[in-house]
Amino acid sequence: MGVDNPLGDNVITTSLDALVNWSRKSSIWPMTFGLACCAIEMMATGASHNDLDRFGIIFRASPRQSDCIIIAGTVTKKMLPVIKTVYEQMPEPKWVIAMGACACSGGIFDTYSVVQGIDEALPVDVYIPGCPPRPEALLFGLMKLQDKIMKERNSFGSAIGLGQRYIPEAA
Amino acid sequence: MATTETMTLNMGPQHPSTHGVLRLVLELDGEVIVKVTPHIGFLHRGVEKLAEHRTYHQILPLTDRLDYLAPMSNNLGYILAVEKLMAVEVPERAETIRIIMAELTRLESHLVWLACHALDIGAMTVFIYAFRERETVMETYELISGARMTSNFFRVGGLSQDVPEEFVKKVSDFIDSMPGYLDQYEGLLTTNPIWLKRTVGNGVISADDAIDIGITGPALRGSGVDWDLRRDNPYSGYDKYQFKVPVGENCDTFDRYKVRLVEMREACKIVRQALDKLKPGPVLADCPQVCYPPKENVYNSIEGLIHHFKIASEGFYAPEGEVYQGVEAPKGELGFYLVSDGGNKPERMRIRPPSFVNLQAIEKMSVGSMIADLVAVIGTLDIVLGEIDR
Repeated sequence: MGVDNPLGDNVITTSLDALVNWSRKSSIWPMTFGLACCAIEMMATGASHNDLDRFGIIFRASPRQSDCIIIAGTVTKKMLPVIKTVYEQMPEPKWVIAMGACACSGGIFDTYSVVQGIDEALPVDVYIPGCPPRPEALLFGLMKLQDKIMKERNSFGSAIGLGQRYIPEAA
Repeated sequence: MATTETMTLNMGPQHPSTHGVLRLVLELDGEVIVKVTPHIGFLHRGVEKLAEHRTYHQILPLTDRLDYLAPMSNNLGYILAVEKLMAVEVPERAETIRIIMAELTRLESHLVWLACHALDIGAMTVFIYAFRERETVMETYELISGARMTSNFFRVGGLSQDVPEEFVKKVSDFIDSMPGYLDQYEGLLTTNPIWLKRTVGNGVISADDAIDIGITGPALRGSGVDWDLRRDNPYSGYDKYQFKVPVGENCDTFDRYKVRLVEMREACKIVRQALDKLKPGPVLADCPQVCYPPKENVYNSIEGLIHHFKIASEGFYAPEGEVYQGVEAPKGELGFYLVSDGGNKPERMRIRPPSFVNLQAIEKMSVGSMIADLVAVIGTLDIVLGEIDR
């Protein structure tokens, strides 16, 4: 069963960084962490019609098991400490996606209780505009994150304690 | 002498089955719940305060984001309140399309409820099925308004625009196939022993208690109280439609599940009746002080453009007074209470969200049961935090 000898008599050469990056981008596990309206579209993206599983994206309910947090919805001042705690509980490497206008910039809720963009507190990797963004937009954002992960350098070295991961300036 | 004491456990706001950002502080005696204290406000966005600084037309997009599972019902409640304040007569075609959309919204909201409720209890397949049908409703939203969720389609006095030609066929096909899909869900759940074990006898609340607390919607009807605003206090022409109001008997989670499923079937029948009634005609009232002008006037004449500009920027001035309008939203009675001081913005807008009131029943429903049953109780209450915290 399975694929017999897919490479023929050939070998593939690659760098350890590329291998690590490829594994990471092919199994992004985001947190099940919905805040508001965008969470429903995030669920719709994960459900039958759009199916996130084909990207290896499986929602995890625990921050300890996830490596990406999708901030899907309005972040209020009361919620911000909770989000920070959850983010700090996630193991490295971790990425942040700001989904929707509220998470990017506060959106239409310019009020006393709303944080004007999650980037005030967390380092955001991908911003997805829209109110709420379509599932296709979330998919595109996740693919952008995959591209970004593939550009990372020293992924293997940092994993064994040598230096930091970084993205080259030119990339 | 050995003493026992209860344990305090925190559930949420980050929890996969609290339906958003609800936080519950539980007091447990072993696995039995002694006390439940909901902590809300994690999604407080200040919608009511924002509304005081916007003209009546500009408030509409805020209402989309209250109960984001049923945006059109929220729009309808708000629009009806403003129309009551301004005494605007709505054309028949607009009313019929509003009813079609309100009922499709009910279907959509109940589909998401069923999906999440079943997923929380452990039935993954229903989640996948229900979101498949929800996608069709979202496509209909997109067809008429251009947006999938936050449609912002209704206007004071009618609709923002007429529906396209494909609309009738799309809706008709959907409601024809919907009963078959509902049979699929029922086949997966209604006689499923695991589902019955988790829902029968769970979250019981008596009719008297339900009325005391002020529960509305399917949660109230599940307790055997025959009360539906669409029939008992008709708005938007609901009195011209024939539909049954299902009620439960055993006041438990299973009965509320059955009530909602029958409601979905009835919603299909209402949509069918409305489609048969749909006649060509205007979709916006002829009331230039309040309504936007038709788009062809805006694009082709300077008077129309000025008119549009005035309505969009300054809005209209409402007479002094106060109105309350309740509608039967998918989750219960959604009410908008507007106080006008004669200006172009409401002096105060108060929203009566069904989820906020229904959430109070959580203590009555879950004290004395196991902690695992609490997840079923949260699911059956069908709360949405955007509406609770506003």
